[in-house]
Amino acid sequence: MNIIVCIKQVPGITDVQIDPEDNTLVRENIPSIVNPFDMYAIEEGLRLKEAHGGRVTVISMGPPQVASALKDALGMGADDAVLLTDRAFAGADSWATAYTLSLAVKMMGEFDIIICGRQAIDGDTGQVGPGLARQLGINQLTYISKIKEIDPSGKTITVERLLEEGREIVEAGLPALITVVKDINQPRLATVANIRKASRIKIKVMSAADLTGVDVNRLGINGSPTKVIKIFSPPKREGILELIKADNINEAAIQLVDRIMAEKIL
Amino acid sequence: MPLLEVDNDKCVGCGNCVDVCPFGALSLDGDKVVVNDKCTDCGACIDACPTMALSLPQRPAVKTEDTGQYSGVWVWIEIFNKQITDNSAEILGQGRVLADARRMALTACVLGHDVGHIAKDAISFGADRVLLADDPSLDVYRNAPYAAIIIDLARRHKPEIFLFGASSRGRDLAGSVATDLYAGLTADCTGLDIDPEKGLLVQTRPAFGGNIMAMIICPDHRPQMATVRHRVFEKPLVDMERRGEIISIGPSMTEEQISTRVTGFIQETDKVNLANARVIVSGGRGVGGPEGFEPLKKLADVLGGTIGASRSAVDAGWISYDHQVGQTGRTVRPDMYIACGISGAVQHQAGMKTSKVIVAINKNPDAPIFDIAHFGIVGDLFKIVPALTEQFKKRLSA
Repeated sequence: MNIIVCIKQVPGITDVQIDPEDNTLVRENIPSIVNPFDMYAIEEGLRLKEAHGGRVTVISMGPPQVASALKDALGMGADDAVLLTDRAFAGADSWATAYTLSLAVKMMGEFDIIICGRQAIDGDTGQVGPGLARQLGINQLTYISKIKEIDPSGKTITVERLLEEGREIVEAGLPALITVVKDINQPRLATVANIRKASRIKIKVMSAADLTGVDVNRLGINGSPTKVIKIFSPPKREGILELIKADNINEAAIQLVDRIMAEKIL
Repeated sequence: MPLLEVDNDKCVGCGNCVDVCPFGALSLDGDKVVVNDKCTDCGACIDACPTMALSLPQRPAVKTEDTGQYSGVWVWIEIFNKQITDNSAEILGQGRVLADARRMALTACVLGHDVGHIAKDAISFGADRVLLADDPSLDVYRNAPYAAIIIDLARRHKPEIFLFGASSRGRDLAGSVATDLYAGLTADCTGLDIDPEKGLLVQTRPAFGGNIMAMIICPDHRPQMATVRHRVFEKPLVDMERRGEIISIGPSMTEEQISTRVTGFIQETDKVNLANARVIVSGGRGVGGPEGFEPLKKLADVLGGTIGASRSAVDAGWISYDHQVGQTGRTVRPDMYIACGISGAVQHQAGMKTSKVIVAINKNPDAPIFDIAHFGIVGDLFKIVPALTEQFKKRLSA
């Protein structure tokens, strides 16, 4: 099987702190990590390869330092890595990002499946996966919690989709693009052997000029229909806590229920 | 590789931009500002600069031709079990507000099978017109046939604004539609307004797990598309007297052309529709095990609520992932969120901090959950939760 996994490098939000002075994000010394949902995508790609053979290629778009995220994926066992980096790609929204990725994927030859994370934890849009599938004209299956069956020779896949009301079973033809949720697997750690192997793998770097059929007007900030006009901090909620203190549990419960009933939400 | 440019001749080193940058991407080097690679080209600094020393490159070469031809506000109606979802009703309510502000019609797109009654619902919630595609091939949502119809309709009728629910299906569909239409799509909006001067749709949405808010416009592309969070806008009152036009349309794909089949649906035994829940009782590490959720379920039953969980409770295998609230789980916005034995890490807060009333019950008085809670009790949840259940039972039956 030829498996493509799309990943994004994001700030490790584990350490996000709000500066109490001006209520902005403190971003100093925050390490960059592979988007957590993309870790499940990488793991699922590796499992498919172990079960059915083939290669796993990871692809990402971003500044040159994104190479370290690709190295992490190689360290987990991916075979190849592609980095799309060019000043012309900067400032891309989800439309321009999906367009750019689709051009690179079209140049990668035949593939069976593309795997993306549900969404990135910085932008939280979940739109690049569907955009990429549509640009390529292949089936998309989003919010996948399980691949129940995959038959690369018969070109079919059966998955479980996590919806608001439950889980849906869907059969689809391959090639397809799936986006995965956390429930799908437990990502492995990089092994010393793989990290050593990864250090010898050369990441294929591509710029705008390398993309066949590119329309430069559709790249980066110029190709992005959406425009951010303002960024601000959400209204603060500090200093609102009313701590219920009472002599015994029952008294505390009565007081708390009083307060909640007064909110008139029930 | 930030695109932001600093004109050193104009920069006076006042530091205003450094203060407003949400990303810590700007700093002063002597009396000049420097940009580092954390810059996301968001433009927040540009307005803050008194000497106009900061700029981003001129924008797009590609535009929708003749944006003035586009008119009307459209809403895609999501259906589950032959019923309109609450999210879609809420969006019709806000769609009505936007349509009135633009003095335009509100159109609902209803796709499904045996869904004529939904078309009427859409009108009673505020639509002027319904485009109704009723066909067996549309019985259950599937991306390809739904996207094909919506794209065809949008190309033909040219709506100015097109709204979808920020649900699994809505995000799935909107992403495809925006791609073919080359339209701007803003995800998970929590605010939608019309700019009074330019008439553009101003979309407000959280990013970075709710740590920052962004206002987004689509100046040169149409339609202006957005997915909208559940429980942000009020569900409008039903007006059975309202009249509207229902236009029937056919499917755009035949069953033979569709290479996906929905073959089953697994509904959890516990109802876990966290998106629609008005009350969520949620458990974390403090519940201690799968049986620790039992008292929480009793409380949720009395309140007509649903059970949520923190990541640590899910990862420990005490409860299924469907219940997980937070950054790698669901984002919820109930009227009341009762956090039991949840410390309240940033990732958990990202999924629940916009709940209307937050109640925290925790042994540890320093737990971060108390920073965002409205009401709190420090103590043993296994004593407090049953006591609360008893009190609510008394009060709600009275």
